[in-house]
Amino acid sequence: MTMMRRMMVLVIAVGLLFVVGIDPSLAQQKPIKIGFIVPLTGPAAANAKDMVDALNMCVDDVGGKIAGRPVKVFVEDDALKPAQGLAKARKLVTEDGIHVLTGVMLGSVNGAIAPYVHEKKLPFLTMAASPSDITFKKDSPYLFRPISSGIQVMHPFGEWAYKNLGVKKVVTMSLDYTFGYDNIQAFHRTFEEAGGKVIQMIWTPVNVLDFAPYISQINQEADAVCCLYWGSFSLRFTKQFEEAGLKGKMKILGGPTFVDEHALRFMGDEALDIISANSWSAALDTPNAKKFVQEYRRRYGFVPSFYSEMVYTNMRWLFAAIRSINGNVEDSGKLVAALKKTKIADAPRGPLEMDNYNNAVHNIYVRKVERGKEDLQNTVIATIPKVSQFWKYNPEEFIKEPSYSRDYPPCKDCK
Amino acid sequence: MLKQLLGRRITLLALIGASVALLILPPFASSYVVELLTQMLIWAIVAMSLDILMGYTGMPSFGHATYMGLSAYSTAILITRYHGSFAGAMVFGVLFAAFAAALFGLLALRAKGHYFLLITMALGMVVWGLANRWVSFTNGDNGIVDIIRPTLGSSLSLKDSLNFYYFTLFFFIIILGLMVRIIQSPFGQTLVGIRESESRMRVLGYNVWLHKYLTFIITGAISGFSGVLWAFYNGFVSPMDVDVFFSLEALLMVAFGGPGTLFGAILGAGVIVFIKNFVSVYVHRWMMIMGLLFILTVFYTPEGIYGYLKRVLGKYQEE
Repeated sequence: MTMMRRMMVLVIAVGLLFVVGIDPSLAQQKPIKIGFIVPLTGPAAANAKDMVDALNMCVDDVGGKIAGRPVKVFVEDDALKPAQGLAKARKLVTEDGIHVLTGVMLGSVNGAIAPYVHEKKLPFLTMAASPSDITFKKDSPYLFRPISSGIQVMHPFGEWAYKNLGVKKVVTMSLDYTFGYDNIQAFHRTFEEAGGKVIQMIWTPVNVLDFAPYISQINQEADAVCCLYWGSFSLRFTKQFEEAGLKGKMKILGGPTFVDEHALRFMGDEALDIISANSWSAALDTPNAKKFVQEYRRRYGFVPSFYSEMVYTNMRWLFAAIRSINGNVEDSGKLVAALKKTKIADAPRGPLEMDNYNNAVHNIYVRKVERGKEDLQNTVIATIPKVSQFWKYNPEEFIKEPSYSRDYPPCKDCK
Repeated sequence: MLKQLLGRRITLLALIGASVALLILPPFASSYVVELLTQMLIWAIVAMSLDILMGYTGMPSFGHATYMGLSAYSTAILITRYHGSFAGAMVFGVLFAAFAAALFGLLALRAKGHYFLLITMALGMVVWGLANRWVSFTNGDNGIVDIIRPTLGSSLSLKDSLNFYYFTLFFFIIILGLMVRIIQSPFGQTLVGIRESESRMRVLGYNVWLHKYLTFIITGAISGFSGVLWAFYNGFVSPMDVDVFFSLEALLMVAFGGPGTLFGAILGAGVIVFIKNFVSVYVHRWMMIMGLLFILTVFYTPEGIYGYLKRVLGKYQEE
């Protein structure tokens, strides 16, 4: 008898699988539905949590309503896997009937999802996916990136570093993958165009645990080392760099994620004086930024990272666009047109608007790690206003160039 | 005698039930569920081919999904860069996977047991490294996108979830039949013999190495076939399709479903795809559930869920 009962349970379970899937129209059309795909599990889970926290805060800020319609957010886990991300996108579109898709951290997950949402004519705000060519095509009107592309931050920083820091020769160090190539090569290009020399490029494996063998290779003729790491990589690198006795002998420059607040929270004196660039700093001295940091800190107990601010501002920007069309999100053509036009001036990171290719144009801040009142902070020492993904280059010509890679632009001064 | 007959009948009924469900129910389900079922079938093909290698021949490979990934890559490159035909991509994908398996087999078959496991894993890592670092050819970790599902004949578009599902099901059934045939053939029986005792088989005059080598190639080719489907299913490939975890997942499917049973592999594939995509919607700690299930399986039914069902059904018949 018990066996029969067990069989019944199995049958019911299988039946449920279908019932749940059968009728998407059960859900009412009333709320504005937003899908949010982030890697809640896996090595980027901590950053994903920052993103979800910021999302919740943004929705609470507007009282859970835009233009009189309630906002419903569907958070899904892609586990940093493209196939799972795509499956979740399908689920969000066909089961939940979302009006806008947002989130996504990895370039490859973005690559998997983008053609699908394009086919479904669904507005898609890709958040932390960095490959520069995502926003090079003019024929993908539904895709927006209201944040820097992988090359956007380091183009201005390379030039700035040469002109303002007295640094002539640089060694670069980075994780050996696309996000690293984009950032480091962008720095490399503008630094050399300004007159500097990159004399060595060290690429560490993406699963590097011990930096000692790589740090010992650094050519000590250099005035500075320019790094692109994040999370625990940043923590280990800065510690080992100091242990090797190099700190103080040469400056440390960093990409956007290197001493971002998500890593800085766990760093000590070894991080002092690191100079880096990003579209955000939690120590940014404007009323909008201060208000955001204070409120975020009250809610979650620590300062917002780049990931928090990214989602918070991007969602505010989306909400502003939805408001401008009176909440009529069912008309995706209208929403896309509104997104193209929407500018916000009072975001924590400063003004935000889109370029002709649906990528963010915003300020890039040069920051220096200093000891603040309580913790380490990224004190802003320079602001480079209104930076586009193409920097000073002509967009059409830039798009025709090969993407940045390990060997492009080639390192002329490396031995 | 009667009991045995009844047992057979239950198995038969279950089989018919499952077939009917797979054939008839999908048109009534949403496209999301249909896509998930398609994914289950694709994984089931990989898991079954690994089962022949691992469950029947006793060669636990930690790099079996590598061949799936390799043919997915060959498909992606052929379609997007050289505008190859669908049929061409399919044939080439299978041949390419078979070729890779033939090459890797020469190295891997020098070892047995744990060492075999380690070598297959290392070979898988080599492929992953290539996919990641040979950027000009594979587009690095951004992957290759826009592998568009073709239209068969004049009107049967595989972009439609249901069409693609039946397309996959068609090949799934053929491959299932092929594998059952392999297992029942003298060749398949020899494989089981090799699993039980290699030295005895050698003494009996069988060419053990050749049998293992052929199995390695055949299962690699089958895994490669599912890779072609996988590339079209997702519309893109990335290095994650050739990484160790991908192969690990295939291994877990077999272990979970029940090695050496073929049907167990199908069940395992189904359950794991289900947990990954469906349970994760409701439970953010879905990986814990998966881990717990594995631990429970290892502790209470090391013969896998298929073995468990068989045992319980056997008891029921005795009552």
